[in-house]
Amino acid sequence: MNTQVMNDRPVLLDRLALNLGSKPIAWLRALAAPASGILLFLLIWHLAAPTVVTSLGTVPGPVQVYQQFRALVAEHRAERQKEKAFYLRQEKRNAIKLAKNPDTRIRIRKYTGNPTFFDQIVTSIYTVMAGFLLASLIAIPIGIVAGLSKPVYAAINPLVQIFKPVSPLAWLPIVTMIVSASYVTDDPWFEKSFLNSAITVLLCSLWPTIISTAVGVTNVSKDLQNVSRVLRLNWWTHVRKIVLPSAIPMIFTGLRLSLGIAWMVLIAAEMLSQNPGLGKFVWDEFQNGSSNSLGRIMVAVIVIGLIGFLLDRIMLLLQRKVSWDKSVALR
Amino acid sequence: MNNAHLIISAVSMDFTNPDGSTFRALQNVDLAVSKGEFISIIGHSGCGKSTVLNIVAGLYQATLGGVILNGREVSQPGPGRAMVFQNHSLLPWLTAYENVELAVRQLFKSHKSQAEMRDWVEHNLSLVHMTHAMHKRPDEISGGMKQRVGIARALAMEPEVLLLDEPFGALDALTRAHLQDSLMEIQASLGNTMMMVTHDVDEAVLLSDRIVMMTNGPAASVGKILQVALPRPRERVKIAESPEYNHCRHQVLKFLYQRHGATQEPTPADAVASDKALSKVTPLNPDEKKTQVLNMAS
Repeated sequence: MNTQVMNDRPVLLDRLALNLGSKPIAWLRALAAPASGILLFLLIWHLAAPTVVTSLGTVPGPVQVYQQFRALVAEHRAERQKEKAFYLRQEKRNAIKLAKNPDTRIRIRKYTGNPTFFDQIVTSIYTVMAGFLLASLIAIPIGIVAGLSKPVYAAINPLVQIFKPVSPLAWLPIVTMIVSASYVTDDPWFEKSFLNSAITVLLCSLWPTIISTAVGVTNVSKDLQNVSRVLRLNWWTHVRKIVLPSAIPMIFTGLRLSLGIAWMVLIAAEMLSQNPGLGKFVWDEFQNGSSNSLGRIMVAVIVIGLIGFLLDRIMLLLQRKVSWDKSVALR
Repeated sequence: MNNAHLIISAVSMDFTNPDGSTFRALQNVDLAVSKGEFISIIGHSGCGKSTVLNIVAGLYQATLGGVILNGREVSQPGPGRAMVFQNHSLLPWLTAYENVELAVRQLFKSHKSQAEMRDWVEHNLSLVHMTHAMHKRPDEISGGMKQRVGIARALAMEPEVLLLDEPFGALDALTRAHLQDSLMEIQASLGNTMMMVTHDVDEAVLLSDRIVMMTNGPAASVGKILQVALPRPRERVKIAESPEYNHCRHQVLKFLYQRHGATQEPTPADAVASDKALSKVTPLNPDEKKTQVLNMAS
């Protein structure tokens, strides 16, 4: 099967190219609806934005937002230049010091410039992944055990139901207090603001995974359970061979919900905990209150949306890779 | 009958309804099966024939009475009573080979080498003529092939009794015929004791040494047991003309129809439609049935 596909690849490419050449109409048709949706949205935005006047001037339209995006890219480049120059200067200085006296102890100073918009994106993704992965590591086993045992399910269900709707903003003060009280070291691995954000994300993204996993495990087909009983599989083999593969689609449904929530929660958590990510960027721009602020916040909004969308797609690809059921539709 | 291989002794089965009341599905089911025998259980839908099989498998616990296999009471499911399920019950994420391998690994891990286990998996797949597609997954093969793999998996457990729960019910007539032939072939070469639930009269007559006819539920019981005295090996085409075959077939149809409210004597043409007709027959009320069981007992 595979070899056939490989052999067919050039032909396939040809065919694709041919299709592109001979049937551009089909392509246009497929793209027409989404493109016109976006264009219409941009048009309405462009027309409506100047009519809304705020204390920071009128609401920026798509053109201004694009300009702000360009400005942010330029700032990022400038910052990187400065950083490079800083290290170059340092190297030169150190070289001179060494030439004068080979015994001097060389200390490399770290560059302490402001994080740019793009540095903040990286921080946000890093933080959300940390919280989300930890949450998944906790939630999937709990979900499996809850799905297998009715008493366990009954025991944790009320807790899950109560904690699930709690807003991240309610968790954050508690998390902050606990972290600042218990995470006291001279040489911290993590910033406290990172821990606060990641733990808040964790607390909010546990629940959908627990619930979905438990549902997936409870719904393992009766027949497959009977197979397991006839074979007298032990608990661990039963979980590994029967339960986990059966529940994979539901586990991923939970993970995707959780990751979506995690990303939303993160922005709020970063705003309040001052973790240097996208949330802090939005908050700082809001506090800054320059005439460009609204435009820059809108750039952040769009980027936040795009990254959320990308994260979901990545989860879907992962699901397709892991799950035996390849029929999962892209939704 | 005390030296019988498998004894179902005075089994009654109650189910609890959602409202807390109990529902008696089986009442005093008695059956003794000797080694190497092929038994079919036939009866109307919902009469509890699958329940009997599940009790033998150990998947259900009888409320009263019990099942004795080789002098030991059955208390839990186990590979000695391997089951072929109606809807194959293969793990959809494993290939045919891996499905059988799961069973083989589980049972023979400690006393077979890797190579022996592989040979044993392949041997059982070859018994059901599935070696050509053994690395395909269930969604890539037909219904009949899935059922073949299900049988191979059950055979690989070297069961003392092979239980088949309407194994061919969901298959088309031609595939069903092929699988019935395969099953006869396997039984002839391995001599397994087999117990099959079916609602296909022809299938029951063709395959069985004895046909157990069950009365309607609730409180279903063994109504009548018919000995099928056809010589083996049986060939479906030749057999179809033999008087014994038609006699047996007629007996089963008569039991299923006459005692359950059908007005006309069944003709051979009716047999084709019997499946559909059977499910429409209204069940008797329990009192009537008791007298009926008594009549049959006498």
